[in-house]
Amino acid sequence: MENTIYIQKKIIIPVLLLPVWFVLYHFLQPATDWLIGSLFSLPAGTRFTEALRFFIFELPKVLLLLVLIIFFVGIIRSYFSPEKTRRLLEGKSLFTGNVMAASLGIVTPFCSCSAIPLFLGFVEAGIPTGVTFSFLIASPMINEVAVVLLYGLFGWKTAAIYIVTGLIIAITAGWIIGKLKLEKWVQDWVFEAGLGSEGEESTKTTLNERIKAGYNAVREIVGKIWIYVAIGIAVGAGAHGYVPQDFMASLMGKSAWYSVPLSVIVGVPLYSNAAGIIPVVSVLIEKGASLGTSLAFMMAVTGLSLPEMIILRKVLKLPFIFTFAAILATGIMITGYLFNIIF
Amino acid sequence: MKIKILGTGCTKCRTLEKLTRDVVSAGGFDAEIIKVEDIREIMKYHVMVTPALVVDENVELKGRVPSTTELKEILSKYN
Repeated sequence: MENTIYIQKKIIIPVLLLPVWFVLYHFLQPATDWLIGSLFSLPAGTRFTEALRFFIFELPKVLLLLVLIIFFVGIIRSYFSPEKTRRLLEGKSLFTGNVMAASLGIVTPFCSCSAIPLFLGFVEAGIPTGVTFSFLIASPMINEVAVVLLYGLFGWKTAAIYIVTGLIIAITAGWIIGKLKLEKWVQDWVFEAGLGSEGEESTKTTLNERIKAGYNAVREIVGKIWIYVAIGIAVGAGAHGYVPQDFMASLMGKSAWYSVPLSVIVGVPLYSNAAGIIPVVSVLIEKGASLGTSLAFMMAVTGLSLPEMIILRKVLKLPFIFTFAAILATGIMITGYLFNIIF
Repeated sequence: MKIKILGTGCTKCRTLEKLTRDVVSAGGFDAEIIKVEDIREIMKYHVMVTPALVVDENVELKGRVPSTTELKEILSKYN
């Protein structure tokens, strides 16, 4: 009996909070205008006012979106696990496997510190290296945080473009890695017998536990990234107010051919700050940076990470890591140039 | 009981180790805590996400850090 009350409470609270969320989100714009205009009585149009307005409006907006989406992503992810993903991928042919692995990469809960056990677990199950890599590329690149920030700051079209091109890159890069037969550059001990791939879990997850997973995801992810988002939006707000219009056009504009490779090179070491980088990029675009260059920059930040490559060094020999990085960097650059030409 | 924390040294793994030590000493559990960092050792438990908590060779948790209450409940089963 006590248990049922507990379960109901878990379900009722989010249902009650949802309208509150919508009211908050809806009144964010008028509230910001009132705060700036009436409470602080700042003159409209000055640099400081516009920078402050940007910060006061964008930060709560992005945080509200993050809380809502990550809560639902947490629930969706409770239906997926690396074990389930592995089972789905077993025995799939190269191309189908790549498409499935990249798509599953979006929904399977995974952090880059688990890259090694996950890689080994996939190898044990006989999943081809190329298919595994489609997963390893898509999973960090198309993560919920990046998508929420893109939606909140750029609109749904850019978010959709990012997801679709990210998937295409992950599928193609994995497929090429598979075709190149890079297995010879996997550390020898990986294929040694004795690791086995059983260990399936058969526990049933209740709805209550899934909602709890939603709460945990919000606490864990938003708790970790809010500070990066705040710093990113603060820098973005400063740039929004003080950086002159079209300032970025010469550096990150369409006509600057070197801007795409430069963005990739700068983006690779900037791994852990994906949450902070997108608000800044949104302002760079406003100041004349092109969409293609900005996309390439964001994908390099999220998809190609130096720490992950160092972790993978434990199971892969150096030529494999270089090939992987080169293929991914090429894919990201092609995307960058392509969008610079189209838009 | 014999508790093993499996993890290659990520932040969550260190959090789990600290939490386990706290719960064990606060709850007066008679336990030996071993940190397993060698990936080959970790793979013997068939986990694909770290950190993992192994008690008397049973994988009790993987991929997440539990709450203090949950961890206490798990350890109580072995007391």
